[in-house]
Amino acid sequence: MNPLDRYETLVDDVDAFRAACDRPLPSVVRTNRIKASPVRVRDAFDEAGVAYDPVDWHDGLFRLPDGNPGGNWPHLHGWTHGQEEVSVLPALALDPQPGERVWDACAAPGSKTTQIADAMDDTGTVVANDNNLGRLSALRHNAERLGVTNAIVTNQDARNFSTKPLAFDEFDRALVDAPCSCEGTCRKNPDVLDEWTLDHVHGVAGIQKGILTRAIQATRAGGTVVYSTCTFAPEENEAVLDHALANEACEVVPFDLPLETAPGVTEWEGEEYDESVTRARRVYPHHNDTGGFFCAKLRVGGPDDHAGETEVAR
Amino acid sequence: MSDPDHDLEPDADHEPANDGQRFDRLPATPADREVAGRASREEVLDWWEERFGIGRDFLDGYSFWEKGAGKVWVFNGEADDPSRVEAIGMTFLRTRQEHWKPTTRAVQRFGGHATRNVVELDPERASRFAAGEDQDLPDWDGDWGYLIVAHRIAGGTAPIGVGLYLYDELRSVVPKGSRADLPVVDR
Ligand SMILES: C[S@@+](CC[C@H](N)C(=O)[O-])C[C@H]1O[C@@H](n2cnc3c(N)ncnc32)[C@H](O)[C@@H]1O
Repeated sequence: MNPLDRYETLVDDVDAFRAACDRPLPSVVRTNRIKASPVRVRDAFDEAGVAYDPVDWHDGLFRLPDGNPGGNWPHLHGWTHGQEEVSVLPALALDPQPGERVWDACAAPGSKTTQIADAMDDTGTVVANDNNLGRLSALRHNAERLGVTNAIVTNQDARNFSTKPLAFDEFDRALVDAPCSCEGTCRKNPDVLDEWTLDHVHGVAGIQKGILTRAIQATRAGGTVVYSTCTFAPEENEAVLDHALANEACEVVPFDLPLETAPGVTEWEGEEYDESVTRARRVYPHHNDTGGFFCAKLRVGGPDDHAGETEVAR
Repeated sequence: MSDPDHDLEPDADHEPANDGQRFDRLPATPADREVAGRASREEVLDWWEERFGIGRDFLDGYSFWEKGAGKVWVFNGEADDPSRVEAIGMTFLRTRQEHWKPTTRAVQRFGGHATRNVVELDPERASRFAAGEDQDLPDWDGDWGYLIVAHRIAGGTAPIGVGLYLYDELRSVVPKGSRADLPVVDR
């Protein structure tokens, strides 16, 4: 069975959805502003005759129609990082600020960690955690190449993450870019569709709930948690949010993304989810010619608790 | 005491030893040093200043940590005892050897502020350097030893990595995983 069949009832235009899923994706690089401006990257591409197209909703992204994102000087200098377009969305939703304490719970290989560090002007502290040591070595390589100096790398199971090695026990923001069934990456890696099983979906949903729960608990009242996946499966998306809403003090909040999205769904295969999950954003491949994605923004603390919201000066 | 592991346990009577598995903050000055051979923060700051003219204004905000024999890391965040984490900031400098050696990534990150011991290569030489090739460099009249190797790109100069200059030769010490065969870009 092709798992994409399951989602035909969710999308507005089935043919466009299926056609987009069959097309390969272009290579995209993100500018690393720790080391260079988008203008300087563009100038270096011009000088070297590297073809690129700007991405209209993000001035730091460039599509490289000839591929080979690593075969040029800007890459060697750590001015650019190969990253799919949709993959920049969670850090935009997270909106980390200079000087803050941020937890990237499932961080390897570090595309979003390094984007978060960049958004923080490489100040404050981003804790990049992953339970897979091999993938963490790729993260460390990327962080060094991009010149990130504000990251601490930890190797723990995010579900029972301990803040003991840190200088603080609460974060201002946390990102849960969860392990998932990855159907949304089928344009890059069609094998994910062959390997897909419903058992895996249910198994990984349990892990996702555990990690999101820990992220909410580890974030201060008034702080922000972003939950993202690259799957269309509601079991791994809205159902995970619904579980957090039922068990933890948090709310799903509205937020803007700079491209076309669809709202989260409240019903799936006989299950119903909290109405507020419609504030989560679904990104379908045919809407913006990207990979598929899911992203939700949560505010920690009950509805009456807006006390922690004022900026903490440090 | 036949168990070989016991030999690795620091003896309570001895000086504190460097433990290659954990991060320890560098002592502020040589007078604060408790672990033999460990570089101090002052010496590290002095070294960048003397060798490359990178002043304290650029590096004062960072903290410095040792893990492994002589490997110094640079960190810009909050930490008190991160002894058991995988990484803290980025690798910065290799000490505990006669000639201290900056890392390629540190040079790329901070080398743009250098005012001396920077060798600027033309496009053809820059490509050879990035590919890991050694090359003759008879015209260099600066110091011997580790230099910052840079080139012109996109309206400015950018450091590529670390070169070792000895006897009219510039050796590329760009680590294998960071080398690249890049086209010569004439400007
Ligand atoms: C979607 S990937 C993260 C991609 C990464 N955020 C980036 O932008 O480069 C999910 C990651 O979760 C990690 N992971 C899976 N289970 C985990 C757990 N229980 N605790 C921490 N990390 C976990 C996987 O090793 C994998 O690296």
